[in-house]
Amino acid sequence: MNIFQVACKNLLRRKTRTLFTIAGIMLSAWVLVTLLGFNRGYEQSLNENIEGMGFQIVLTAKGCPYEAATLMLKGGTGLRYMPEALVRDVAGREAVAAATEMLMHAEFDPNKGENGGTTVYLGIDPQTYPAMKPYLQFNQGGWFSADSAVEIVLGYEAAELEQREAGDMMLLPGSEQEFRVAGVLKRTGTQDDGMIFLPLKLAQNIFNKTGRLTMLGLRLKQEADQSVFEEELYSLPDVQVVSMAQVKNTILSLVASAKVIVLSIAFIAFLIALFGVLNTILMSVFERFQEIGILKSIGALPKDIFLMVLSETALLCALGSLAGIILAYLFSGLSEMAVRYFLPFAPNGRLIILDWPTTALAFLSITLAGIAGGVYPSLRAAAVRPLDSIRSVD
Amino acid sequence: MAFIEAKNLTKIYTRGAEEIRALDKASFTVERGEIIAVTGASGSGKTTLVNVLGCLDNPASGSLTIDGRTIFEDGVNLSETALTKIRRGIFGYVFQKFFLLPTLTVKENILLPAVFQPGLRANTARLAEVLRLLGLEKRIQHLPGQLSGGEMQRTALARALINNPAVLIADEPTGSLDSKRSAEIKNLLLELNQKQKLAIILVTHNPELAAIGHKKLELKDGSIHNG
Repeated sequence: MNIFQVACKNLLRRKTRTLFTIAGIMLSAWVLVTLLGFNRGYEQSLNENIEGMGFQIVLTAKGCPYEAATLMLKGGTGLRYMPEALVRDVAGREAVAAATEMLMHAEFDPNKGENGGTTVYLGIDPQTYPAMKPYLQFNQGGWFSADSAVEIVLGYEAAELEQREAGDMMLLPGSEQEFRVAGVLKRTGTQDDGMIFLPLKLAQNIFNKTGRLTMLGLRLKQEADQSVFEEELYSLPDVQVVSMAQVKNTILSLVASAKVIVLSIAFIAFLIALFGVLNTILMSVFERFQEIGILKSIGALPKDIFLMVLSETALLCALGSLAGIILAYLFSGLSEMAVRYFLPFAPNGRLIILDWPTTALAFLSITLAGIAGGVYPSLRAAAVRPLDSIRSVD
Repeated sequence: MAFIEAKNLTKIYTRGAEEIRALDKASFTVERGEIIAVTGASGSGKTTLVNVLGCLDNPASGSLTIDGRTIFEDGVNLSETALTKIRRGIFGYVFQKFFLLPTLTVKENILLPAVFQPGLRANTARLAEVLRLLGLEKRIQHLPGQLSGGEMQRTALARALINNPAVLIADEPTGSLDSKRSAEIKNLLLELNQKQKLAIILVTHNPELAAIGHKKLELKDGSIHNG
């Protein structure tokens, strides 16, 4: 037998009180785990939503129009190109999570409309572009069947204008080659609607722009500082930086405010656990005043008593935390439904994410808070003088 | 030289402005294997005497020597930890209330001192000896609530003896027992004294129990009258 086992048996003495104390800690742990999970889930969902908006940064050659509308206004002229080596250097930097190379090209089509018009093509890397624009959905078909496939994907309006459907063949203006329409995108309300997408290598080849790129779309790692990275890019010669940083920063600062509120609530749960434990253990120490004195008279040192009472506290907290974590996992779906009910405009994706780091953080926080709450009663117990407690008839 | 030698032990308590001399220059000796019966009226200082003697408290003045080792000297106060370390090696305690931990079995209660004294751990031979001596072999898995008063006091005795003390301090050990159980405990104390050569300091109001003492210390207002 050791001090810890004695502590365990001490807790069994008042089973109902022990059970209620554990229940109190369990509720605090449940609230804490759920709130931490919500914090994490909400932030992640928002980040995913922001990432789903496309690129965080677009790098183009200085003076190059990067919007189809500007390009058309300029009559399809004015495109500038970046050297591939520079693009590869930027794409390979530490802060970059994903990058995709693009070649924009405009061609005048005399058969377009009554007086002809400019068609904008975008050569994209089939491996990276779709992943960076996950919100693009198809009305028909899908992306290219292979990286080198002689296929195109039409934006919603481009398909309407060309009156083409997935599977149709289409001769591109400025090219003598026929392309199979691999897919037609749903309407996005962006410039993508009027775009004709084709594999990058193929685009470089048919438009005689081998080794040339007009744009590089970038997404940064979550931990990367976008403004610092942008500063780095500004120092590069002959490139311009188009950034989404302001939008993201505004959203993330809103999330940070919400995070403070959520963490404050979590802190209250934390305090409830702490004072609950302090009260219970202190009561238990006062009840066992004589018994503690006897333990000291039979050889227990103050540190032994301190450890014994602190072990009781630690055990209560660990059991309560564990039970709370199990509840949080069991009812996370229900909690998410409740959050969605009260926050109808919450971002898509999972709102409560319970993972190991969150769980471990909650477990350690509640247990350590409880133990901190048990320090005072343990000190009181350690200070009991055997003499005071064992006075019998004199 | 006597095993325990107390000289002019004095203990003073203050209650507000009032000074109470709970022990007043008590001097006496205890030999190995001797039973000392401490008697006196309530408030006469019996418990104060055994508390100081059993290193549960510091005296205000006077000296105490145990087995040639000076424990207390005039003006030197020992810390609680220092007192505990002395107690561990020399004394076993039995009280009027048995103070058994209700959630521990008889065996666990007896081994409780070993929890706090790593050197005593796994001393199964000593446990078997104590259980046999006190007739508790068949009760080791019982909880205190399942024992009679006599059995509970025997368990408390076993707990006091597990660390093989030189001196047993028994403060009203039969105070909570009926006459039959009291006689049982008295016989046990005698047996322990004879078989184990255990010195026993016995605080009691019970004249029959006090009669087993080889020496009697009668206290009155903190002073020993027949030491």
